[in-house]
Amino acid sequence: MMDLDPVLMSRLLTTITLVFHIIFATLGVGVPLMISIAEFIGIKKKDPHYIMLARRWARGFVIPVAIGVVTGTAIGLQLSLLWPEFMQAGGHVISLPLFMEVFAFFFEAIFLGIYMYTWDRFKNQMMHWWLSLPIIIGGALSAFFITTVNAFMNTPEGFKMGSNGFEAINPLETMFNPATPTKVFHVLASAYLTVAAILAAIAAFGLLRKKTKTYHKKALKLTVTLTFIFAIFTAIAGDLSAKFLAEYQPEKLAAAEWHFETEKNADLILFGWLNEDNEPEGVIRFPGLLSFLAFNDFNGEVIGLEEFPEEERPPLWIHYMFDLMVVIGFFLLGISFLYLLLSKLKRWNENNKWMLWMLVLSGPLAMLAIEFGWIYAEEGRQPWILRGYMKVEEAATTSPYVGWMFVLFLLLYIGLGVIGAVVLRKVFKNNPVEEELEKKYPTIEKGDQS
Amino acid sequence: MSYEIIGITVLWLFLYGYLIVASVDFGAGFYAYYAKVTKKGHIINQLISRYLSPVWEVTNVFFVFFFVGIVGFFPDSAYYYGTALLVPGSIAIILLAIRGSFYAFENYGSKKSNLYMFLYGATGLLIPASLSIALTLSEGGFIFEENGKVSLDYFALFTSPYSWSVVFLAIVSVLFISASFLTFYAARANDWEALKLVRKYALFWATPTIIAALTTFIALGQHNERHYQNMFDYWWMFGLSVGFFMIAMWLIYEGKRYGLAFISVMLQFFFAFFGYGISHFPYILDPYITVYENATHESTGIALIIVFIAGLFLLVPSLILLMRLFLFDADYVKGKK
Repeated sequence: MMDLDPVLMSRLLTTITLVFHIIFATLGVGVPLMISIAEFIGIKKKDPHYIMLARRWARGFVIPVAIGVVTGTAIGLQLSLLWPEFMQAGGHVISLPLFMEVFAFFFEAIFLGIYMYTWDRFKNQMMHWWLSLPIIIGGALSAFFITTVNAFMNTPEGFKMGSNGFEAINPLETMFNPATPTKVFHVLASAYLTVAAILAAIAAFGLLRKKTKTYHKKALKLTVTLTFIFAIFTAIAGDLSAKFLAEYQPEKLAAAEWHFETEKNADLILFGWLNEDNEPEGVIRFPGLLSFLAFNDFNGEVIGLEEFPEEERPPLWIHYMFDLMVVIGFFLLGISFLYLLLSKLKRWNENNKWMLWMLVLSGPLAMLAIEFGWIYAEEGRQPWILRGYMKVEEAATTSPYVGWMFVLFLLLYIGLGVIGAVVLRKVFKNNPVEEELEKKYPTIEKGDQS
Repeated sequence: MSYEIIGITVLWLFLYGYLIVASVDFGAGFYAYYAKVTKKGHIINQLISRYLSPVWEVTNVFFVFFFVGIVGFFPDSAYYYGTALLVPGSIAIILLAIRGSFYAFENYGSKKSNLYMFLYGATGLLIPASLSIALTLSEGGFIFEENGKVSLDYFALFTSPYSWSVVFLAIVSVLFISASFLTFYAARANDWEALKLVRKYALFWATPTIIAALTTFIALGQHNERHYQNMFDYWWMFGLSVGFFMIAMWLIYEGKRYGLAFISVMLQFFFAFFGYGISHFPYILDPYITVYENATHESTGIALIIVFIAGLFLLVPSLILLMRLFLFDADYVKGKK
């Protein structure tokens, strides 16, 4: 345990923290928007089902938020504890967006506290709805600020490199570096997509278990519609991200695509494997599509990995991460489109068993796509922690105790995950929607009638 | 004033803010557990959870704000403290994580489990103890840099009378600050039974607080002569601190003006904390990091200050709203909402 390489252990510890944290960060950004939309529809349509939807989502939301807060605190401190040399150098630059991220989160947390405890305190319900907006804005802004940090690690700009590290820093230029626009767009769109898909999965599961039909049907219709909308946005964001990579970070795109030689009319390949000569085999090939993806032009010239020294190439297994992310993205787009299509065609029942199971599946798949996407984004930057300036191995702590800390944090995350799931289950099991609807709105029609 | 000075002042203010709000939170955890063990839980638990449920995240953010800020203004502190604090820092994160998440979990738990109450109480004392290590380390003599490698001398740390007196001071201060706040809050809620109990806690922990402060002062004299001597230059700040302590004690003892009493406690710690900070100046880590030599570039420093001011314009109104809705809304405090 003690002999393990601190660099490797620092990487692993950061990995488990981020893999765990991103789940809750994604929920933290996306859920407030969904709650707000449901409450708004409920107020405007005077439909208690939607209000109840917002209330129950909000109640469940508190637990992931709490885990998000504590794991966010963990990664915030781990940046300094595990990567002291990186923060010593990079602190001059990235501390500003980190600082703002804390402010944005503070803002979100304050209004979330107020929103959660004031459901019945206003005569005019719209007053309560207005409180949801600062939560959405705060969440989106913290996602924005933290993403600029990651963007900076990929395409650092806005400073000069002097003998003592960074000099002549222009804080705005460092934040709005070339990677920022596409990355922020991609992060936000995919967070909303993922949360919509997860909430759709919950509603579909409720319908499968023959729970209160009207309530869950309304929930499903709303969330699948949102899934479809944000799946389109995410696809556009993904496309723009590929174009950004082709121009600014070609080795990342090339590694994802096993694209070794610079060429025009480059093919897009899905899955497969590499043989002994590093040639892709068993792949699904789309002729010329990589050039089109990268430049909107089938004859665009896509830079291959051959142009980068071997020790500066990202690992090739990220090909699978990239493919899985993209495939899941299109699956979500397709399945939500199919549902909406069926619901428009009167002859078909969009709530059939097969459809519902596919929708149940889409929730966890969406979260997996987030994980694959981030693993791709992070591994695709290797060996750099700050592309072109500092390598990961130069940045890690030298402390010999990282291995032990890894074990401690692994136990912590398992504990948090398990207890969080148990409590979440208890919250909803002890308080079924039928009972709550009846208690809150005694006049409402019985749920199972329609 | 130069941007370095503004930076450290802002950070110190935030750390002070954290000291107060977190002490209330941590101490309340201990009292909740202690009251449960002594079969008095029913008297104060409702009071405690009504205050703490809406504000725990805000408390946590004060802390995040401080450590992000210090790395921003003084990036070298990430290098020295980051390397040296890997173990105590990680332990503090884990304790904070247990406490923070259990807060949310407990909100929904149907019954208060014994294990939860124990963890809640224990983390309330262990977190301040582990966080106080950072202040101890700042005095120097524990962190060393040799051949470009930073290391922490654990043996020196665990055998130093100074580090133990700081831990002791941190714990008793937490209990004292928390009890004096709860006294005020119970009075505000007209909860006389709870008031009687928490007022007793406040009076009890007053003496250990002063003893611990004196012990720490003496131990610092043996550990860091320079800092100790500097403190005498700011004797009036420590004098004010003691003065406000006596006002607070008198008010609580007489059983009147509990709000003013808590403000006096806040001022007591304000002057002690700033007296300590100013006499520590210019060192952030003796002898490796100073406010002047290790500050970030001017452009970053100024940007941070601008963001800080803009952020305050956003946050102060939101905080006031939160406080009016929960802390000082008479009906909410009394449990009617």
